[in-house]
Amino acid sequence: MTAPAPAPVRPGLLRSALVILQKDLLIEWRSRARINALVFFALSTMLLFSFALGPDTRLLGRSAGGYLWLAIMFSSVLALGESFRVESENAALDGLRLLPVDARAIFLGKAAGNAVLLLILAAVLVPVTLAVYDVRALLGLPRLLGVLVLGCLAISAPGTVYAAIASQSRARDVLLPLLLFPILIPALIACSKAATLVLHGDAMNELESWTGLLIGFNVAYWSLGLLLFPNVIED
Amino acid sequence: MSTPAPALAIDAVDLSRRYGLRWALAKVNVRLETGQSLLLTGHNGSGKTTLLRVLAGAVPASTGKATIFGLDLATQRAAIRERVGLLTHSSYLYEDLSASENLLIPARLLGVPSPATRIRELLAQVGLEGRARDAVRQFSAGMRKRLSIARMLLKEPALALFDEPFGELDPGGIEQMESLIRALQQRGSTVVLATHLIEQGQSLCSQRLHLSGGRATAA
Repeated sequence: MTAPAPAPVRPGLLRSALVILQKDLLIEWRSRARINALVFFALSTMLLFSFALGPDTRLLGRSAGGYLWLAIMFSSVLALGESFRVESENAALDGLRLLPVDARAIFLGKAAGNAVLLLILAAVLVPVTLAVYDVRALLGLPRLLGVLVLGCLAISAPGTVYAAIASQSRARDVLLPLLLFPILIPALIACSKAATLVLHGDAMNELESWTGLLIGFNVAYWSLGLLLFPNVIED
Repeated sequence: MSTPAPALAIDAVDLSRRYGLRWALAKVNVRLETGQSLLLTGHNGSGKTTLLRVLAGAVPASTGKATIFGLDLATQRAAIRERVGLLTHSSYLYEDLSASENLLIPARLLGVPSPATRIRELLAQVGLEGRARDAVRQFSAGMRKRLSIARMLLKEPALALFDEPFGELDPGGIEQMESLIRALQQRGSTVVLATHLIEQGQSLCSQRLHLSGGRATAA
């Protein structure tokens, strides 16, 4: 007599989110189109800033942190839009909803995937920033990495929610930056200020306040994302 | 002791769904006992797909009430989705992933035990065992349909909803699809089948509901 097949045991919220994250990273690895486009777009943006401001290296260096974050933010629109294009194709997101997968797990997995992608982009942009704008990370690269992690997380959480909203519209490419940029302005200010302090030194001990603010934005953005995303994909 | 399955798999009263100003489904009543099969017929745009999507919990009904296995469609959608499988024109597949990866992700999300073995079995059942590693992007419409049904069968649904399951399939594929539906019926699944191939549908279903302009009418 054969033993009965074991009953399926559905994974919890975090394990489901991990499966979604692995799926997104695998799709990214398979196509590699998104990261290639992102890197070239971000590099072009950074070079355009330096052409627009002319050869004044002191002026360029002073604003390097801001330009780095503007390049990441502009590129994030491409990354976020693409992350929901693969879900719209063949109604794959509907397929996940109907399995069913907890919508919060879909949010966590996709937002984490977008954050990873932005971090990879940031890792490519940092040496370019240091070279093109002729600056050094005076407070050390680990601190710059910390700011990049917090900033990418702060972009990816609201970005994932708004990309899900925009993906349901025909004007998705226009709609996403219109929705996303206004809400990212406070985080962009904190990211730029923190990056500038890491690059040029922190004589007034301001870095802790700005990173604290970034942590606060992350708590707010991720909590709101968890609350709002299920309504976005269900309605 | 396990709870016996409710006698009615579907009990829908005055089910309606509106898109903008247009009623895609208007006051449709469906009663189907557990283990029975229903054939849905009607012209294009008659409301068949909308009815299946509402019953699967993919979209909410605008008005009307329905229970699926005794669960309220308006308030217990997650529990209903666990029991229902829906095969539609949308394949739910990721183009850049291989056939086996497209099954592995839902298998892991569903907590299927020994997913690799189960996926091999399912791919063999739908005739795709030789294409397990190929990206879906390279698949024909018929192969995608086969992979979609394998994805649906991962869940072993108590209520299986099929929207044009024979579309895009070659004669061999149609035969295979028929035998997969019969196997589901033999396992006790309730089946709702929307198709224009009425002969095939009637050979698989004991009851029939004809839709026209979103309303149930005589065939």
